[in-house]
Amino acid sequence: MEHSGSEQAGRPSGARPRVLVRGAGVAGLVTAVTLAERGADVTLVEIGPRVGSGASWMAGGMLAPWCEAEAAPPEVTRESVDSLDWWDAHVPGVIRNGSLVLAPPRDVGEIARFARRTSHFEMVDGDAIAGLEPDLGGRFGKGLFFPGEGHVDPRAALCALSDRLVDLGGHVRCDAPPDEPDTGYDRVVDCTGIAARSRLSGLRGVRGEMLLLRCPDVTLRRSVRMLHPRIPVYIVPRADHLFMVGATMVESENAGGMTLRSMVELLTAAYVLHPAFGEAEIVESGIGLRPAYPDNMPAVTREGRTVYVNGMYRHGFLLSPARARQAADIVFGAV
Amino acid sequence: MLFYGTELSSRLMLGTAQYPSPEILADAVRAARAGVVTVSLRRESAGLRAGQAFWSMIRDLGVPVLPNTAGCHTVKDAVTTAHMAREVFETDWIKLEVIGESDTLQPDMFALVEAARILSEEGFKVFPYMTEDLVGAERLLQAGCEVLMPWGAPIGSGKGLNNLFGLRALRAHFPDVPLVVDAGIGLPSHAAQAMELGYDAVLINTAVARAGDPAAMAAAFRLAVEAGQIARRADPMEERDMAVPSTPVLGRAVLA
Repeated sequence: MEHSGSEQAGRPSGARPRVLVRGAGVAGLVTAVTLAERGADVTLVEIGPRVGSGASWMAGGMLAPWCEAEAAPPEVTRESVDSLDWWDAHVPGVIRNGSLVLAPPRDVGEIARFARRTSHFEMVDGDAIAGLEPDLGGRFGKGLFFPGEGHVDPRAALCALSDRLVDLGGHVRCDAPPDEPDTGYDRVVDCTGIAARSRLSGLRGVRGEMLLLRCPDVTLRRSVRMLHPRIPVYIVPRADHLFMVGATMVESENAGGMTLRSMVELLTAAYVLHPAFGEAEIVESGIGLRPAYPDNMPAVTREGRTVYVNGMYRHGFLLSPARARQAADIVFGAV
Repeated sequence: MLFYGTELSSRLMLGTAQYPSPEILADAVRAARAGVVTVSLRRESAGLRAGQAFWSMIRDLGVPVLPNTAGCHTVKDAVTTAHMAREVFETDWIKLEVIGESDTLQPDMFALVEAARILSEEGFKVFPYMTEDLVGAERLLQAGCEVLMPWGAPIGSGKGLNNLFGLRALRAHFPDVPLVVDAGIGLPSHAAQAMELGYDAVLINTAVARAGDPAAMAAAFRLAVEAGQIARRADPMEERDMAVPSTPVLGRAVLA
């Protein structure tokens, strides 16, 4: 399907660069919108049937610059502190209630470790946890509250960005052929994630698995991260008592269905958070291959007239605004 | 000490799971000057042989690879995983793990002996992850193992050497068998202690991977292993219950 929001498309290049953006995941959409806001004439093509056909659709949508510092290099935090403002200014429904970090009783020592590696949190006791999340009252005695963090429903956000691009005069075309010709464009920005593996050396897929649960008996106002010695599991509330539970990190490029072990691990985390999740309906299980470079950091690279924005790993929603600015700087020749 | 006829470049074996990124893993392997790296096939493959990108990074580290059967709970699982490991990494070395209990990840010694026998007969060079059980150790040697890898404490617990008596007894009973403390080491001092006991190597993963600075911790472990190894060769003094003055007492004016 094609959307065209303005009649400005066909202008000669120079004054208004014509840019082809490949891949309508979070990196592609954020980059396309950023370019369009800076005056480019943007066409976004996606080989899938809709925007967000790849890993972004399975994302948690956590906007947690300070929590991520636990395992990610300091650049992740530095480059993403204004990410919440970017999302808030661009899509509806950004929830800025902070985020909560808890641990099951046997792993409570992990809280101290998490605290040592992060900042911008408040230590919270059982009463404070109950004040923030009444449904969790009496269940946890200790946790960390990161008041500056938030989350967004990734699927709604991706669709909203697509609409915004069209409003800015851009074009979005899904079901596009993989070899969509780039003739007639001044620049190409490739944001195709793991599909660019053969073109970008060092890029690999890191498998992630997630669940969507519906649980009318539990209400959460913010995302909760459950510390676990092996995988950080988070539970992100969505509208209508839906909860996203994710995500595993497996060094594998197997795109097959979710494994029983992963499902058990994620369900256990939800059940430990609140036993009422025992009655939850399992609405969806999904897997995605996160594109990652060896340092697990996103990179903007250039080859000829193509700019690559890739390697988003776990940080697609958090770091896309900063990487899109970098890509736009290259496209407009500022760098 | 030779491990299946091979002299290792260092007595520190490093696991490759749980690092913040492959790049930090590579930094840690360099800082550790690891003699061997271990890699899990089952955990990272999600059922299919799809961990290729990660595995090729491991091969590119330029350190001998010891694939493991982490996550296996039965003889059949472990044997199948070993076959796959031989194909992927083109090595007949296999660190054999058969887990018997899920809270402690304690090895199932009965299944371990059986799997070790099958794999040894097929030509594998088996490094069995075991409890510090003397009789079990004897059975593993009879099954064809030429290296033993007793745990220090449960995997990932960081509790160090939980049963010093058991580890000493194992060393004393099998003076000529290469012994490696595998699992449970949390600090460099634990690694030094294992080497001081006369162990031939230590295998570390979580203590390095989950440190705030994995490469720095890897360097600390390298130094600790080296210190313990030198100390062992230097023949440590015996422990005593009473003080022993280091200067003679006889001949002093007062003998109080």
